[in-house]
Amino acid sequence: MAILEILKLPDPRLKQASEPVTAFDDELQGFIDDLEETRVNGPAAVGIAAPQVGEFKRVVIIDCSTTRKPVPNHGHMILVNPEITHWEGFEPGREGCLSVPDYTGNVIRATNIKLSALDRQGEPVEYEMEGYEARAAQHEIDHLDGMLFVDRVVSRRTDLFRRKVYQKGGGKK
Amino acid sequence: MSDDWRMLTLIGKDGPGIVAGVTSALAGSGVSLGETSMLRLGGNFTIMMMISGEADDESLRAMLEPVVATYGMRLHIDHIDARLHEHLVPNVQVTVSGADRVGIVAQVTNALAEGGFNILDLDSDVAGSSDDPVYILLITGIANETVEQVEQRLEPLRQSGVSVNVSAIETYIG
Repeated sequence: MAILEILKLPDPRLKQASEPVTAFDDELQGFIDDLEETRVNGPAAVGIAAPQVGEFKRVVIIDCSTTRKPVPNHGHMILVNPEITHWEGFEPGREGCLSVPDYTGNVIRATNIKLSALDRQGEPVEYEMEGYEARAAQHEIDHLDGMLFVDRVVSRRTDLFRRKVYQKGGGKK
Repeated sequence: MSDDWRMLTLIGKDGPGIVAGVTSALAGSGVSLGETSMLRLGGNFTIMMMISGEADDESLRAMLEPVVATYGMRLHIDHIDARLHEHLVPNVQVTVSGADRVGIVAQVTNALAEGGFNILDLDSDVAGSSDDPVYILLITGIANETVEQVEQRLEPLRQSGVSVNVSAIETYIG
């Protein structure tokens, strides 16, 4: 087990797309353990994606079970080759990133998603996620495609107006 | 980069190309920008910029003179105690809206201040129409109390017919 070095902007490797995992061997298991150790070592990190440590494999880890106020979640998940198969709704929310120190901003994400992936042994899994956890999955899967939240950040003025309208319309939260 | 920052404030009539004109003049003289914020307020162009560089105030004014004259702007320079990389992350958002009247911001911010709420961002606007103006106030900041406690502090406003919404900001880090 080891804590891996996190790539930080403006490292161009963060813009690189990652390749699907094909071998579920000991090397992958060791890497996933290191990635998890790196995630929990990060300040307040909820999720992490393999390319953030310079491994361009389609692997992400998410755990939304530790928010200040509990949110709907599936606990700790290791998602290999994740694919979002369905999107619904959208909502702004604040995001930050281990790879972008000292900056947080509002990003619009789908509120409900369906996702298929493989677990660390290569067995297929499917999840339906909402809200904060759906945001986590979208943020991490973006990393696999070389996309950072700063590429999607929106004006605080505009989106807060919108957010209020949604809430009045009976939206979530 | 130097930690010797100045705050440059420019105000004038808005028009396309002002930011380009100002920042080109600064860049051409080796002046670096830190954090900046441009807003249109009542049709006016306003910008505040942290700047750092060798040029003294006099040469700054001289290098900005053409663009300042072109757009009829007013220029103000303050020497400030400032640092980069000191962002704070808000945990609560407050939105207030209602029929415009004198004192809404004072009432809201006093109620928040009593609870030690630290305002990080505040935007307010008058929407609606001239005959029927609506005041909209957006605040994000750091509350050391629960959302319910903040709501409780703002309850008197709600009682007076103003719409108040307090929600937690759970910042996703990944």
